[in-house]
Amino acid sequence: MRIDDTIAAVSTPAGRGGISIIRISGAEAIAVADKVFKNEYGKTLSGAVSHTITHGFAVREDGSVIDEVLCTVMKAPHTYTKEDVVEINCHGGIISTREILSAVLGSGARLAQPGEFTKRAFLNGRMDLCEAESVIDIINAKTSDAHSVSVHQLKGALSESIGKIRERLLMLTAHLQVLIDFADEDLEPLSDEEYLAGIKEAYTDIEKLIYTADRGKILKDGVKTAIVGKPNVGKSSLLNLLYGDDRAIVTDIEGTTRDAIEETVSLGGVMLNLADTAGIRETSDAIEKIGVEKSKSIMEDADLVIFMADATRPLDPNDEYIMKSLGGKNTIVLINKSEGEIKPDTAILKGISDKIIEFSVKEKKGLDVLEKTISEMFSCGEIAQSDDAVVTSVRHKDALIKSKNALKSAIEAIESGIELNMTFIDIENAISALGEITGQTVAEEIVDKIFHSFCVGK
Amino acid sequence: MREYYAGEYDVAVIGGGHAGCEAALASARLGASTILFVINMDTLANMPCNPCIGGTAKGHLVREIDALGGEMGKNADKTFIQSRMLNKGKGPAVYSLRVQSDRRKYQDEMKHTLENTANLDLKQAEIVEIEFDDVGAVKSVLTKIGARYKVRCAIIATGTYLKGKVIVGDVSYESGPDGVFPANELSECLKRAGIQVRRFKTGTPARVNRNSIDFSKMEVQVGDEDITPFSFETDDIGENKVVCHLTYTNEETHNIIKDNLHLSPLYSGMIEGVGPRYCPSIEDKVVRFADKSRHQLFVEPMGLDTEEMYIQGFSSSLPEEVQIKMLHSVAGLENAKMMRTAYAIEYDCIDSTMLRATLEFKSYPGLFGAGQFNGSSGYEEAAAQGLIAGINAALKCLGRGEFTLDRSESYIGTLIDDLTIKGTNEPYRMMTSRSEYRLLLRQDNADLRLTEKGYKLGLIAEERYRRFLKKKKDIEDEIARVEKKSVGPSPMVLDLLNEYSSTPITTGIKLGELIRRPELSYDILAPIDSDRPELDKYTAEQVNIQIKYDGYIKKQVAQVEQFKKLELKKIPKDINYDDVYGLRIEARQKLDKIRPESVGQASRISGVSPADMNVLMVYLQGHKA
Repeated sequence: MRIDDTIAAVSTPAGRGGISIIRISGAEAIAVADKVFKNEYGKTLSGAVSHTITHGFAVREDGSVIDEVLCTVMKAPHTYTKEDVVEINCHGGIISTREILSAVLGSGARLAQPGEFTKRAFLNGRMDLCEAESVIDIINAKTSDAHSVSVHQLKGALSESIGKIRERLLMLTAHLQVLIDFADEDLEPLSDEEYLAGIKEAYTDIEKLIYTADRGKILKDGVKTAIVGKPNVGKSSLLNLLYGDDRAIVTDIEGTTRDAIEETVSLGGVMLNLADTAGIRETSDAIEKIGVEKSKSIMEDADLVIFMADATRPLDPNDEYIMKSLGGKNTIVLINKSEGEIKPDTAILKGISDKIIEFSVKEKKGLDVLEKTISEMFSCGEIAQSDDAVVTSVRHKDALIKSKNALKSAIEAIESGIELNMTFIDIENAISALGEITGQTVAEEIVDKIFHSFCVGK
Repeated sequence: MREYYAGEYDVAVIGGGHAGCEAALASARLGASTILFVINMDTLANMPCNPCIGGTAKGHLVREIDALGGEMGKNADKTFIQSRMLNKGKGPAVYSLRVQSDRRKYQDEMKHTLENTANLDLKQAEIVEIEFDDVGAVKSVLTKIGARYKVRCAIIATGTYLKGKVIVGDVSYESGPDGVFPANELSECLKRAGIQVRRFKTGTPARVNRNSIDFSKMEVQVGDEDITPFSFETDDIGENKVVCHLTYTNEETHNIIKDNLHLSPLYSGMIEGVGPRYCPSIEDKVVRFADKSRHQLFVEPMGLDTEEMYIQGFSSSLPEEVQIKMLHSVAGLENAKMMRTAYAIEYDCIDSTMLRATLEFKSYPGLFGAGQFNGSSGYEEAAAQGLIAGINAALKCLGRGEFTLDRSESYIGTLIDDLTIKGTNEPYRMMTSRSEYRLLLRQDNADLRLTEKGYKLGLIAEERYRRFLKKKKDIEDEIARVEKKSVGPSPMVLDLLNEYSSTPITTGIKLGELIRRPELSYDILAPIDSDRPELDKYTAEQVNIQIKYDGYIKKQVAQVEQFKKLELKKIPKDINYDDVYGLRIEARQKLDKIRPESVGQASRISGVSPADMNVLMVYLQGHKA
């Protein structure tokens, strides 16, 4: 348990709103934020004056851009938590928000627990006692919520895999430890190679889990769905129809939707994370160009692409440009505006998908077919969805990354020739990071494992 | 019974085992008038099981006891007959010292030391009663023959004597170890005072006569050539005087055991006490690890002036007749004459969470517990607790502040924290895996960790302290020097690197960097380090370890800093957990039972969740004075 490290979380509701804020608090907040921030003039956040806003980009480890952001730097003590705070304002939506949060967590911050910013505000003396009880209510409510979610998830495949990895690492530690604690016993030690191989295997398994956490985790986070089409084909209208609310700006002027807008909707029993993208076409407008590029990158990242064609016009170069970019993605073709004659050549459309639906946003025609199609493609039976699923899985990922880094350090140490025993620190760190997901502690379990698995004692 | 007033002492120590001896010495040396009661004067510092001191984690405890001014290490140095550093080849971080002792000499030396200690009286007597005043504070103790002593503190260190019961097959009788009287009445007195006791169990294997053993059928185990003493004060260490032997059980042994399992009191339900998992009886091993075709047996001498040999690995509570058959089935023991029969022993002890980190009872001021009475097992674990209980009893009488150690600075602190905060359901043995900071808590640096504390207490002499300060400074200076000093790619340097298959250098490199290479060490680099000062081997060893494992040491130091922050957050003594809004009932009950003194302690109690800790911290913040 730590009380003074640097924490981070998304502080705006998931999936809603045009802007999301990732809040970082703690002594290392500014340094952490600087690691994921790039300014075109080379300005850093540590160089920023307190309580000012700096424009720039959130970047991945390799320097590639995640999103354009505005960062607010607020130095202690005049902040909500009385610690250094950085707020990263990015374009709303689950995908980029989550990715920025991941980058922040990868740069040294830890995912905040429910209510932790408030708790810190209290502990650092920002709130008076009257507010204390409401803080506790928050802690309790959120924790039990999170608890029920995690209990649900712990029955799943993820927890089973984590359990197996933990078990393997515990066994390795027990093997190492029993030889030390019972030096004179007649035990068959693991060879250095077996030990290293065991760690590497765990490392690979964790990497795979992190990958699945990244790539969808459809059950928990929903299907990443990109709605693509040339400008003004009706993408925003479709989103509004599905969401039932005027969210995206809909006009008849081509190119109105410049940012990707994401929504989470349930369709045919499947949770879809819908991203309406800016219309894709070749353009010379600089700002629109950014939107187009972003649309393409969202499309590449999606589990499902809904490609919208216009029934009133034959396929044109813009359509073909998009169809070329699809590159074998799971695709549903919606021929919108199918109130009359279907002008596009369906034979060509069949080339990209056999799921072609004649659709009309205006008349709500084809909605039932779309629902059925998606249900057939992704339905996973009765999977309970939860509001906290996103947060929880980021929490899991956070723990998995910690665990992976610890194992990496062990592997490097062993390969450099250090005695195996020294690596217990790394292995135990890795085990306890996994334990953060399953809620178990280390020391006692190793001792139990030793007595259970080895014949030792005088 | 006619009672008489027999005198007044600051501290009474009840029991003269390893806990009692350290407790009495520490208390008397700090200046408290102390009396040690022992049922039989000839059993002072007895080793009723293996005559061996140290081993993994236990050896660490002995060195820590020594750094704090305790006696066990010195006494073991004086009386060992074989010494081995365990885990050599697994890196200095896990080295562990273990010696075979001459059992009688160990007792005699310790007894003599006790006899010659100022402020300390020895008395052969069984204590049958501890008298408490209205608030539960210790007032006096009473011996079986009616002598009443007024005391301010009492330390219970009754080992396996408290309501001791020996079991062999279907026979059981009230007894302490080695045929000495048990202490029955004290247990009843404690119960009357409201102190709950419980039953634990342990056991010891058979002893056989050396002359009846055929050693030609066994493997020889020799001691180290280069012997490291336990005590940082021992300059002249003796040499190995005996060898030990190794033999194995076999199919036949296992069949004898399996055929007679129904005669074991363990399976008939006659034994109610909880035994330790790390000291399984041979029948337990055979049942639980049925696929193992053999188990090791070590044949170890009990001393120089005796032919008795200890058969390590052959603990049993099967009937004597079966034990003899089992023995005779083993290679080299075909004609062994059994001198002492293996037995199981049950005894009363307490739930150690009744104690504070000083080992004083939370609800009985002046009453302390140490050793097996607290639910631990092992001579070294007992001695460590005896030392801490003795120190604190004396400090209390002298009006000085209490002395506690935490998990991050010592195995002793880890042992006591585990006992008093987590509690134990079986006789507790120290193991390195119990310490999350075991890279820092090495046996080689126990003096660096604890001598300062021992000195401040008054248990380390001025002369030793000065030597310690010099060693510490020498280490620091030498580390600074080699971290600064560069060597270039001269032929001599390249030759040396080549000799140890180490990557050649092309430009200048710091000596410290070379020491960090796994294939090199401080000693190896001596030929290319011309201005190296002359240092003793223990100082040089520290320089090597501290540089070599610097990366991992830093990781642990960071963990320790984190740990300390939570330990420093104190919980008010009078906290009423019913007032803490939002605490779960289970956590409320556990916290109220253990009554942790810090947030760190609270977080280690099983059944207290992180959410409970949040709630508690919010409460504490809100109620800060």
